[in-house]
Amino acid sequence: MVLAIHDLVKRFDQPGGGQLTVLDIPRFEMADGEQVVLIGESGGGKTTLLHLIAGILVPDSGSIRLDQLELTRLSEQGRDRMRASKIGYVFQTFNLLPAFTALENVRLGMTFGHGRHDPSRAVELLDRVGLAERAGYRPSQLSVGQQQRVAIARALAGRPKLLLADEPTANVDPKSSESVLELIRGSCRDEGVALLMVTHSMEIASQFERVEKLDEINRVFAEVSNATATDA
Amino acid sequence: MSLIRIAWRNFCYRALSSVLTTFSLALGVGLVVLVLAIYGIVSEAFVRNASVGYNLVVGPKGSALQLTLNSVFYLSQPIENLSYTEYMEFFSQEERAEMVSRYGGDPALGERAGKYAGYVAGGFAIPLALGDYYGEFRVVGTTPEFFEKLRHGPDVDQEFTFTEGRAFREKSAEHGYFEAVLGSRVARQMGVGVGDEIHPAHGDPEGKGHAEGFTVVGVLDPTGTPNDRAAFVNLEGFYLMEGHATPVDEETLAKAAEARGESSGGGVSGEVESGSGESDAVTADDPATADAEAGGRQPLTIPEREVTSILIRNGNMMFAPVMQNKIKEGDRAQAAAPIGEINKLMSYIVGPLLQALMGITLITCVVAAVGVLVSIYNSMNDRRRDIAVMRALGARRGTVTSIILGESLIIAAIGGVLGWFLAHAALYVSGGYIERQTGVSVGLFTTSDYELWVLPLVVLLALVAGLLPALTAYRTDVGSNLSA
Repeated sequence: MVLAIHDLVKRFDQPGGGQLTVLDIPRFEMADGEQVVLIGESGGGKTTLLHLIAGILVPDSGSIRLDQLELTRLSEQGRDRMRASKIGYVFQTFNLLPAFTALENVRLGMTFGHGRHDPSRAVELLDRVGLAERAGYRPSQLSVGQQQRVAIARALAGRPKLLLADEPTANVDPKSSESVLELIRGSCRDEGVALLMVTHSMEIASQFERVEKLDEINRVFAEVSNATATDA
Repeated sequence: MSLIRIAWRNFCYRALSSVLTTFSLALGVGLVVLVLAIYGIVSEAFVRNASVGYNLVVGPKGSALQLTLNSVFYLSQPIENLSYTEYMEFFSQEERAEMVSRYGGDPALGERAGKYAGYVAGGFAIPLALGDYYGEFRVVGTTPEFFEKLRHGPDVDQEFTFTEGRAFREKSAEHGYFEAVLGSRVARQMGVGVGDEIHPAHGDPEGKGHAEGFTVVGVLDPTGTPNDRAAFVNLEGFYLMEGHATPVDEETLAKAAEARGESSGGGVSGEVESGSGESDAVTADDPATADAEAGGRQPLTIPEREVTSILIRNGNMMFAPVMQNKIKEGDRAQAAAPIGEINKLMSYIVGPLLQALMGITLITCVVAAVGVLVSIYNSMNDRRRDIAVMRALGARRGTVTSIILGESLIIAAIGGVLGWFLAHAALYVSGGYIERQTGVSVGLFTTSDYELWVLPLVVLLALVAGLLPALTAYRTDVGSNLSA
């Protein structure tokens, strides 16, 4: 089991006072190497869930166990260390660092972990995503699709256990979208990395064997839905 | 990828801003290094100037600093004069008797040893007579011993050497009283050389020119001491110039002349001795008789002579303090240690001025460091997402803080080294001028001890300047900035 979430609750302070519960997930689990797509409405808490799993945010209650490691018991430094060594993250907007070349961006993916500095791996990953000849290019010199490929290579550089992909095809054209998706899934399969992808596209979701709907696993939505049904 | 490489990449990415910030820091550092170098040069110049081969200056009672300034640096005005008999106190009985015999004076002076002769034994006492000018430069009346016995240079072991000519010599048939040796700067600035005649002005640079002229017989090589800007003339010639003889009554003068072996009233010192040139008994080595032979002028008698100061080197340095105290106990003279007076001058006047200058340049450095702060801090808004991405990739708060401080460090290191090189290049280019003016030679890599502190100080300042933006990086919220 690479990921096990139990009774996870996340609330945010509201500007006018009080708190808004965004996530209330009784149970969510992923097996090693499993590929899961999570679909849901915009603003439904998909990104928040990914940030919680990555240790960027801290839950108000509940448990997140990643590769046998209980995240809620870790200090901030411990979560940073965990993120560097066990999590790969592909962002919707790629988030490549503009000051660095494609190769250096990939190397950044293994800079902050421990004992994972393998210079040849960055070159190998760039080769795998088809950008070996663009290793020295800055992000501004790459197309949108190429930038996302570099971002995928960076996410895999630290040999993570779980790859989190937050709408990775949202900003690429449909043709590139297909190849990006294939690249992510194929790379995760090759590396033995579990994949949790967030999307609102049913077309993409349909390609996954396991599809989870956030409004079904999140009790916040379930309660709202029930209340709506009762009112009706 | 190392953190410093990440910092370097960020530095390069904002090239224009980084270069301008670094350059402003380099200018600040350059100013500090220049001031430190000037401080070093001034200090060394003072020490060099005071390293003149003697350990005491004896002069009339008054300010020891003024005595040092006018006798060592040829600056300021002489306090008063000392009688020649005070000078004679540094000589043995035989030497004093010889002086009486040569110049004429109270015979009793030659019947005892000088009070301080025992303390000087093995050393020297060289008289100086000041008061005249050649152009803006001091005329220094002294004896040939000045060039024979004094040394200069950092180790006070270099003899005077001559660009052309020689030192003036004792009066003889070949060498007259009116010979002069010029310091290098005097010769260069006044455009005179060996064979030319100079006419000192009495009292001040604008004073009346003496009728008596001195023939330049030598020009000194540069020494980096005040001697470069002095015109040295034979003391006997100096005495013989109009207005330089101390007025004495006829009776004293007659007694003095008698002691010189002349008949009473046989001639007034400084005047042409009529008929004395006919004597067959004279030898060229006896100045007085040589004068007579040459139909020249008689040297002044001892009562008519005064000296402005006396340069003393004790044969045994252990005697110096004892002698200094003995002289102070008397009611006419004082003995000053030039090095001590120079150090006082440095600590009371020159030092504080340089420290004030140093303070101003340090403020410049702080302003440059604030520039570093502003530059990096302004860039932080554009970099929040980058920092959030690095955090999402596993970078700790401390890591991103270190990267920002690393950028400050890079600016400080490059700015510091560049500033140091700029300052030293400027010093190197002006090296010739500095050496001519002060005698201190400045190489490209000549450094003062204080300079070793500049780079660490600049790095520390830059790190402090980098703290605020680093703190901003530390506090950057990952979640909100990733989604922004």
